[in-house]
Amino acid sequence: MTMVADEARMLLTLEVGGRLCGVPVPRIRDVIRCERIARVPMAPAGVAGVLNLRGRIVTAVDLRERLGLPPADADAQRMSVVVEQQAELYSLLADSVGDVLTLPPETRTDVPTTLRGAWREHAVAVHRLDDQLLIELDTDRLLAFGACAVLEGRR
Amino acid sequence: MDDLLAEFLAETTEAVADLDTALVVLERQGGDAETLARIFRAVHSVKGAAGFLALHRLGAVAHAAENLLGLYRDGEAPVTPAGVTAVLAALDAIRGILNGLGETGVEPEGDDTALVAALDAAAAAGGDGARTALEPDIALPAMEVSAIELPEGPAEVAAATLVEEPAVAPAPATATAAATATASAATPAAPAASGAAPAATSIRVSLGVLDDLMTLASELVLVRNQLLQIARSETTSPFAAPLGRLSRITSDLQEGVMKTRMQPVSAAWGALPRIVRDLGAELGKRIDLAMSGGDTELDRQVLESIRDPLTHIVRNSCDHGLEAPEARRLAGKPEIGRINLSARQEGGRIVIEISDDGRGLDLARVRARALERGLATEAELAGMREEDVARFVFRAGFSTAEAITAVSGRGVGMDVVRSNIERIGGTVDLQTFTGQGTTITIRIPLTLAIVSALVVQSAGERFAIPQATVVELVGLKAGGIMVEWLDAAPVLRLRGQLLPLVALGPQLGLEAPREAGQAVEGFVAVLQGDSGRYGILVDSVFDTEEIVVKPVAPILRDLTAFSGNTILGDGSIIMILDPAGIARLSGIGAGSAEAQEERVADTARTQVLLFRAGGSATPIAVPLGVVARLESLPGASIETAGGRPTAQHRGQLMPLVPIGPWNAPGPQGSQPVLVFQDGARQLGLMVDEIIDVLEETLVLRPSDAVPGFLGVAIVAGRATDVLDCAYWLRLGDPGWFGKSQGTAPRLLLVEDSGFFRQIVVPALTAAGYEVTACADAAQALALREEGAMFDCVLSDIEMPGMDGFALLQEMRRDGPWSRIPVVALTGKAGPADVARGRVAGFAQYVAKFDRDHVLEALARAIGGGA
Repeated sequence: MTMVADEARMLLTLEVGGRLCGVPVPRIRDVIRCERIARVPMAPAGVAGVLNLRGRIVTAVDLRERLGLPPADADAQRMSVVVEQQAELYSLLADSVGDVLTLPPETRTDVPTTLRGAWREHAVAVHRLDDQLLIELDTDRLLAFGACAVLEGRR
Repeated sequence: MDDLLAEFLAETTEAVADLDTALVVLERQGGDAETLARIFRAVHSVKGAAGFLALHRLGAVAHAAENLLGLYRDGEAPVTPAGVTAVLAALDAIRGILNGLGETGVEPEGDDTALVAALDAAAAAGGDGARTALEPDIALPAMEVSAIELPEGPAEVAAATLVEEPAVAPAPATATAAATATASAATPAAPAASGAAPAATSIRVSLGVLDDLMTLASELVLVRNQLLQIARSETTSPFAAPLGRLSRITSDLQEGVMKTRMQPVSAAWGALPRIVRDLGAELGKRIDLAMSGGDTELDRQVLESIRDPLTHIVRNSCDHGLEAPEARRLAGKPEIGRINLSARQEGGRIVIEISDDGRGLDLARVRARALERGLATEAELAGMREEDVARFVFRAGFSTAEAITAVSGRGVGMDVVRSNIERIGGTVDLQTFTGQGTTITIRIPLTLAIVSALVVQSAGERFAIPQATVVELVGLKAGGIMVEWLDAAPVLRLRGQLLPLVALGPQLGLEAPREAGQAVEGFVAVLQGDSGRYGILVDSVFDTEEIVVKPVAPILRDLTAFSGNTILGDGSIIMILDPAGIARLSGIGAGSAEAQEERVADTARTQVLLFRAGGSATPIAVPLGVVARLESLPGASIETAGGRPTAQHRGQLMPLVPIGPWNAPGPQGSQPVLVFQDGARQLGLMVDEIIDVLEETLVLRPSDAVPGFLGVAIVAGRATDVLDCAYWLRLGDPGWFGKSQGTAPRLLLVEDSGFFRQIVVPALTAAGYEVTACADAAQALALREEGAMFDCVLSDIEMPGMDGFALLQEMRRDGPWSRIPVVALTGKAGPADVARGRVAGFAQYVAKFDRDHVLEALARAIGGGA
């Protein structure tokens, strides 16, 4: 994804394990209440399973697991942010979904090099909001599973 | 790009695609007038259209090629390999230009002078000044556009042309037709009477539209299934009747759409003759490629997926399989190597075979390579059968080629071929004979989109197993068929064979492995894997459902256990198990795991199949031994032929007989059937529900004579009707027992139980014996007095009056029967009993109801113990 740094960005805010995150709006196809997710045995870590979105099969990625956070309570009601990647739909499971924010380039800073682990892997930028910081997530990297992603994850 | 250019590109690409094959034929068989005319016409059309569209490069190349072809066509020059090579090069150039046109809309830059010179040289060498005959091409331009539109025989197969009738279009088959066909663009009101007619039966539809239609039809099937599921729970619904209609129409629609996507398999191998020719020239080998069954049709998606594997296999055959002419001569083979390519349909699958008469796989080298790559240990290799060793070539990272040549061995190997084919639910196998050649067999499903699948559950999760791979379903029950343990590995004894089992839950990491020795309940789905059968152990089994196979997301593609996923009628998503993948995961198929086991003597207890039929609540029993297998047929597979229900099943037509009143299941429903088999002939008895299989001592009590039933027995504490198989089989197929001829071996059955006689006689008759039955030894001996003669006697041991041993003694004492082999039929077949029987002089000693054993024993006894 090419970054256009000098333009305002529209991000959908979501909360994962108490952190405020954002996902670029243009990639989002749907936001739904997360209902039945069918487990996929032997799926890579981070894949929560598959769900039925109006007849389409959507692969669900658990953001908590992807970002190295403890799993959510079993009965917690979570939200599913459906994004598209190469004509395939994926659902990003978040604890809750907030507003859409239009953020000017001035608030945007690069990810501090001190950020470690999964966060460094999946964050592209940090936005300074008035009251808190918002971590912008890279959907492509969140959905990069497979051999190379595993190697990167071990860094 | 404007429409005219797009249309031109689509048609020309299609027409040119076929010419390679035609040219290779031309070169081999010389100037077949029809072929020549066809090639000439196609190139001529390209030239004309190029002139019309002001495509100068294309026009120049086509023109030069046309000149040469014109000489060939008119017999003014002999067809030479050099000439054909030049024309092939011209076709490549034309293709290159067409590709460029497709990408940019303008002719790509390029210099064709050398090519044109080569074509002209070939023409000059062959004929003298014949070029003038074809000069006035300026006059033709507009016509050619419509001339290409008429599909020319095999040209239809190349892309998505819809053909309702085999429009082989003989109309443009004469050399002049192209010139007489009227340009529809220019004068649409006056189409040529003869030339334009066939075009009306087919139209061009883009692949995208067809694929979308297929997706929509598939979705419709899903919605229909969902509706049917809801309707099933409501007994009286006003929607039932229209829903039935909707269901039928949906099925028809699905079938219709599927048909539009069917293409002959020759579309996938159309390029091969050219490839083989070029490879032969490159490698200095002479190769003959024979193709048969090219008109076998399959779904275009499947077709696309086998194109590359096929090409790869054929390249391999040319490069590694076939020897150089010198080596062939030394080996006493004809110098010309042969590759056979054949396709045929077998049930719901297409079988493609690629065989060559080359040197065969070097198994020693395969062994060495497998060892080197760490694919197997020396000990494992030593114990492996040759066919298993040969299969190593399908393993990842395995290539036997010593040197990587330009032809094959470019990093992709047979493992890629295998994974491509397995991805679409197919299998690939290989047979090789040193010095004689190699045969590779590919089995692929007809269509990928919709398959019938068995839904099973393990560890609380449901999975679908493609029905085509399920051989049978076995219910596990304490006291019935049970799982046994070889150390930590569960196995199942099934008809004398030891079946390796894979416990699905633990294999998929859903639950902890069961402790060895633990009793296991549930079901075993017996699957046919590449290297033998194995069973998947599951907790429960649901219906068979038609499912739409959807590929999993790219991030899940590495999961070997699954071939896709699907949405069930209730909206839930389940994963589709890949039997080949599971076998690989669990290590089955590394060797030949299916083990033979010593046959186990049965006890007096008999395996009895319990079912309900004809709407009656009373269970019905039949000895399992007389039933070949149990099937659950999808309702849609049951048709009515000649007023009788019939099912097309696994490529065979099977008459179906209902036991009592019968309600046809809906197309989505399923019909439990007891299948009886006699050689290739089979017949199904349709029942309402299969209840159980259990071991029971059947004691037949007489009851009111009801046709079709032998009487009543107590099974599992309940009064149960006992089925008279003979009655129903005769009802379904009067000829079932009617083939006893004078040549059939004559058999005397001495058996006091009427029930056993009723069971055994039909089974023996069906197996081709002429059976005479007696109720006791006295009756049998009376027959001897009457002068009756038999080839074999099958006698019960425990009988009132004279028992089996006494009868045998009496027969052996003297008289015409003293040499007749006697087989003991008994409820007790423990080792001690067998030993006693042998001592007494019985040829064989077998357990009742074990149809296969009885038949085997008889065959052996009559064949002189062979």
